[in-house]
Amino acid sequence: MKHVYGWLLLTPAAILLVGFTHYPAAATLFDSLFSTGTVVRPSRFVGLGNYAALADDPIFWQVLGNNFWFALGTIPTSIALALLMALWVNDRLPARALVRMAYFTPTVLPMIAVANLWLFFYTPQIGLLDQIGEMFGVASRNWLGDPDTALACTMAMVIWKEAGFFMIFYLAALQSLAPELEEAAKMEGASRWYFFRRVTFPLLMPTTLFVMVNATINSFKLVDHLFILTKGGPDNASSLLLYYIYQVAFSFFDTSYASTLTVVLLVLLAGLAVVQFQLVERRVHYR
Amino acid sequence: MSASGRRAPHLETAAAWLLALLWLSPLLYAFWAAFHPAEFATRFELLAPLSVENFAKAWTYAPFARHLLNTVILVTMILSAQLVLCTLAGYAFARFDFAGRDIAFGFVLVQLLIMPEVLIVENYRIMSRLGLVDTILGIGLPYMASAFGIFLLRQTFKTVPRELEDAARVEGCTFLGVLWRVYVPLARPTYLAYGLVSVSYHWNNFLWPLIITNTVETRPLTVGLAIFGAPESGVDWGVISAGTIMAVAPLLVAFLLFQRQFMQSFMQAGIK
Repeated sequence: MKHVYGWLLLTPAAILLVGFTHYPAAATLFDSLFSTGTVVRPSRFVGLGNYAALADDPIFWQVLGNNFWFALGTIPTSIALALLMALWVNDRLPARALVRMAYFTPTVLPMIAVANLWLFFYTPQIGLLDQIGEMFGVASRNWLGDPDTALACTMAMVIWKEAGFFMIFYLAALQSLAPELEEAAKMEGASRWYFFRRVTFPLLMPTTLFVMVNATINSFKLVDHLFILTKGGPDNASSLLLYYIYQVAFSFFDTSYASTLTVVLLVLLAGLAVVQFQLVERRVHYR
Repeated sequence: MSASGRRAPHLETAAAWLLALLWLSPLLYAFWAAFHPAEFATRFELLAPLSVENFAKAWTYAPFARHLLNTVILVTMILSAQLVLCTLAGYAFARFDFAGRDIAFGFVLVQLLIMPEVLIVENYRIMSRLGLVDTILGIGLPYMASAFGIFLLRQTFKTVPRELEDAARVEGCTFLGVLWRVYVPLARPTYLAYGLVSVSYHWNNFLWPLIITNTVETRPLTVGLAIFGAPESGVDWGVISAGTIMAVAPLLVAFLLFQRQFMQSFMQAGIK
């Protein structure tokens, strides 16, 4: 009886999960082995042909590189800021609740809304960045239209959006640390910096690792801002893998190639999941 | 988040406040631009006249009421379906020792990794086969069976003492009665946390709704906002800011009222 009930309870969720996660994932892999069918040329089996095309696609390598720089540019900075925020908010600060709220607010806003607001900062001439630049006699520039600055501009915004989210993990970890540690350090006359470097930071290492892996996984899924700020441009300078998949599938209508790109994304995510799982297994993150 | 820690030195207090101000400034600027006439959009004068004209304009430029309605329908639909599906599945995993349970659970967890937005190409194809392109149901369907929800409820249900269930059984409850009368009431904090995360996630979700919708009748706020705020649409900053504020206001107000719950829920969602 327990078998019947168990499966009966699970069935509604299982149908949807298989239908919209497992089946499409398998179909993606399958489709990546075929060419995209057109009216005159139906889809046919091409083996690893799409993967060969991918290896020769400079845009693919460019967006993958962008993803790498995007992760490298956003994650360490937002983690450092998050830690700083958490340390501050954990202290008895005047108006602490307000400060904590200010740090966390960007997390609850939709990326599209955030990008709308930040777009203004980057607009040539009338934008805030150029106005500040003008005060110091710096020439106006097209921040989002310049391949040298476009990706960096999106990174600054993402750091702003994510730091407050990571802060709450550090805050929880800090509050679970034994207060005796700090008292002992005080008795010994340890400086705050020394205490942080030798006690707090090592004890927070599990949180740091945990946030880092999660942030890396997130960095592959964050693309909404590109629709507002740069559309991946100029010349794919700010594009990311998932955004390129969207373009290939829904602007160039090459669904097989989009599937091939999706397989790469799935493999990357699976690799990160293995890392994440090992971290959990080794119990390096707090519960 | 308890009142712990020591007093911060003055310099650090100032720095913390400065960073807080910096963090709020994009939002503060949006309020400034939205509530002032266009000529003050980039001129900050203390006595600049206030106006709500930008809101009136934004309201007529884009069908905000319709987008808002769509988002509310979408979020409500997804959350109600999630609550039912995840409760049933979570209960099965927590309390029924059925054949293939562990393998099935492993398959469920796959979705934590492969969120539906990663599979946009195939999911679009599935939706067009089902005739659900450009429907609100089409936006919501891939998210309804949520691995995160199942996982969270399984963990919660596992902490419920067996004795309570046995007592309810003696009273003559069926297994669904036990779920409804014993497990669900005890999991209320989990439902609240999950609900907050789900609502904020789907209120803010963009990529999949963008792909699957084509008309005003189905587009949620985020998609409406993206079209509205596109530089080529030629509306000015004040109006864009006003539209943006309108789109985020309900969630922002909810966050300001229930800060603590929001932060705790987001944290639970992150840790999984």
